[in-house]
Amino acid sequence: MMLRRIALIALLGLAAPLSATTPSVHEHTLDNGLKVIVKEDHRAPVVVSQVWYKVGSSYEHNGITGVSHVLEHMMFQGTKTHPPGEFSRIIASHGGRENAFTSRDYTAYFQQLEKDRLEVSFELEADRMRNLALNDEFFQKERRVVMEERRLRTEDNPQALTAERFNAVAYLTSPYRNPVIGWMEDLQRLTLQDLQSWYESWYAPNNATLVVVGDVRPDEVFALAQKHFGVLERRPVPAVAPPLEVEQRGLARLTVKVPAELPYLIMGYKTPVLKTAGETWEPYALEVLAGILDGGASARFARELVRGQQVAAGAGAGYNLYARGDGLFTLSGTPAQGRTMEELEQALREQVRRVREEPVTAAELERVKAQVVAGNVYERDSLFYQAMQIGILETVGLDWRVADEYVDRVKAVTAEQVQQVARKYLKDESLTVAVLDPLPLDPNKPRPMPNNGGDHVR
Amino acid sequence: MYGRSFLGCRRSAGGGLRLLWLLIFLIPLADVQATPDIQHWTTENGARVYFVQAPELPMVDVRVVFDAGSARDAGKAGLAQLTSAVLPDGAGDLSADEIAERFENVGARFGASAGRDMATVSLRSLTDPKLLQPALETFALILTRPAFAPADFERNRNQMLVAVRHGQQSPGYLAEKAFFAGLYGDHPYGSPPGGTEETLQAITREDVLNFYKRYYVARNAVVAIVGDLDRRAAERLVQTVVGGLPKGEAPPPLPEVEDLAEAREVEVPHPSAQSHVRIGQIGMARHDPQYFALYVGNHILGGSGLVSRLNDEIRERRGLSYSVYSYFYPMQRKGPFLMGLQTSTEQAEEAVRLLQAQLERFVTQGPTPEELAAAKKNITGGFALRIDSNGKIVDYLSVIGFYGLPLDYLDRFVERIEAVTLEDVRAAFKRHLEPERNLTVIVGRGAVQAREAGGGAGVGTSSVSQ
Repeated sequence: MMLRRIALIALLGLAAPLSATTPSVHEHTLDNGLKVIVKEDHRAPVVVSQVWYKVGSSYEHNGITGVSHVLEHMMFQGTKTHPPGEFSRIIASHGGRENAFTSRDYTAYFQQLEKDRLEVSFELEADRMRNLALNDEFFQKERRVVMEERRLRTEDNPQALTAERFNAVAYLTSPYRNPVIGWMEDLQRLTLQDLQSWYESWYAPNNATLVVVGDVRPDEVFALAQKHFGVLERRPVPAVAPPLEVEQRGLARLTVKVPAELPYLIMGYKTPVLKTAGETWEPYALEVLAGILDGGASARFARELVRGQQVAAGAGAGYNLYARGDGLFTLSGTPAQGRTMEELEQALREQVRRVREEPVTAAELERVKAQVVAGNVYERDSLFYQAMQIGILETVGLDWRVADEYVDRVKAVTAEQVQQVARKYLKDESLTVAVLDPLPLDPNKPRPMPNNGGDHVR
Repeated sequence: MYGRSFLGCRRSAGGGLRLLWLLIFLIPLADVQATPDIQHWTTENGARVYFVQAPELPMVDVRVVFDAGSARDAGKAGLAQLTSAVLPDGAGDLSADEIAERFENVGARFGASAGRDMATVSLRSLTDPKLLQPALETFALILTRPAFAPADFERNRNQMLVAVRHGQQSPGYLAEKAFFAGLYGDHPYGSPPGGTEETLQAITREDVLNFYKRYYVARNAVVAIVGDLDRRAAERLVQTVVGGLPKGEAPPPLPEVEDLAEAREVEVPHPSAQSHVRIGQIGMARHDPQYFALYVGNHILGGSGLVSRLNDEIRERRGLSYSVYSYFYPMQRKGPFLMGLQTSTEQAEEAVRLLQAQLERFVTQGPTPEELAAAKKNITGGFALRIDSNGKIVDYLSVIGFYGLPLDYLDRFVERIEAVTLEDVRAAFKRHLEPERNLTVIVGRGAVQAREAGGGAGVGTSSVSQ
């Protein structure tokens, strides 16, 4: 025990000199409103470049869900000067790796390249920021690809399908209730015109952030950005109200019946995020709470639910503090062999009761902080992760400097604050519970262990 | 870690036309091809160590790799993974809770896993000695004095049983399982690494204990280290971590792999919206002399993501699948070559035909000169990205050590890729692959419908029930 304490003191003391050596970040905004952020990291002769657009599924209205993601796919299907697929071929010929991703609050495109090839990326990204050539034939084809993607990720994945339905019930008014990939029915009725107007509305330099991390010099990157992106004109971007979630008035519960082998439980409580929280410390206290419950093999879920009571085969807690609108603090799990869904839900609720009624211990709190301090170093092994963090913060309307505060903010959280956020937010009035109730995978065969999966929690 | 001090390992240029090509495209990159300086030694008890000093971040990655993957299960499918799972759940006088606390108190991350060839035990820690030392001591305790207490064994077995059931609801998992089973039969590579309900129920705590004693020994171990340590500190680290392992013996080589005698089709009924397809055959071992020709060739066929031939035919031209690919999976013995995709059930037949035709065409004709040039540019131009983090370098060290690849593997990687010719690719594919002897696995509703119609789906077809 003594040894551990000494170790912890050493660890916490380490943070200051480390942050002093943190690579420098430089920021510059072009006249057309494109914000360029460069983080130097000279460990390897490579660079990652990401273009982040302030648009995603939370900007979509009824009937066109999934349009941001389909447009992301179409961004590889040609511009006025580059035919479909050429973007990828050019990047490949320069040894690059590239792709894109869409989420609720952002759409982002990236290339990873040897450092001297950065200009190739800028030239192509600047071109498709303005000159996308949408075409119905390629749209019809790419829509089929996205539908197959939806079948792969969601329709044929019982837990993902449950999570999708859970979100649709948990969020009453927030657009976070819609899946990023869109409802299949909306994908079917999406038109080329929808894509065209989506592109024209949101793809403008003044609605984007360019993030570059790697073995580069900021002044050179800014000059390159000016050369390629600087010629693009600023355009008016629609004013969209941020996601708004009305107050929930009592527990909501849903059952999802699909062919599956295992049951699955998700519970979610309404919580603020950094952007919406009245008190800035609250989201950090919720982060610590998630760590207390699910931050590794020594956290409460692994120790008590998986190993101690053996009521869960696996259990997790999730919270995301960087988003445009209010979110959820989620608990989820699969019952252990021979245990029921009622037992699992009871065990999770007992965990909630405890964090509400008793302060977490000093040892637990220190352990979470030690992991955060170390994690802050480990993250720097990945250029991509560093760029992601800057891009997310800027795109949800925070400042990239917020990332630098993270360790200190977490270290300042007290046991009392953890208990306060648990009491304030983990309450039945704002809880949604989803249960995956498996149907047989083979209708001709009885389920192998009916006592294990068929529990109806109502 | 590949800073200016490691500029020693440059590629030598070829002759003639290739030299010109190099001058145009590669000379400007000369100083970016610096590769990590790998230090190698063997411990007194016989563990082979691979170390790269990386002073940029105050952290270290340690991997201990044993020839103790599921290929050593010996009929008890799931034994290697169960051993990995129970390993950190009690050692010396420490319980699973205490071990987890010891790591996480100092911000260290521990992992243990098993694939077909390798069992890997890993640690990531900060290098401040006051944090690193307790993490290393706990790590060593796990490696040398695991308890395998009956209760921990039972709990982990139960969790693996749940994981097996989870696999039953995943068409992708079912496809992979059926593919390896169909291709390898009774060969150790044919058994599912996660086990089956039946095999897991039959495994005893003694099986796990004996597996550990037989395979978790120094002469069967490779230690890979990347981090902010000097050589002496690395030597001390290795002594702490594996110094206490008995010498033991490396296991005998795995049995040779037999090719499939004839084409086979396996259908697995599943209620999914998509059919998951895997087509392939026995491919190559890690030591195959034609490794680079096969690697470059496959890059063109289905290994280069959005620009591969398969992606072009299946996704870009027809919109049939979100993900389509091919790969060789080289192991100690011949691993598989396979092509895969997922598509709506009614399109599955068409997709299978297209994959089969693409392979036949590629094996018969090989790539075009333009395709070969583009693939080489992609692989060599992106070489720096393969070694741009400690995490990636420690992966390479594990593979170099485990498969006994030369220490200059990374130094000569680009040169070996450059050396591959059109004829090399054609010859290597012709020698290794016979498209008319493919194993085809389809998981989905098509199989259900065929069965309900009461007829077989054709000659040579077998139906596998879940």
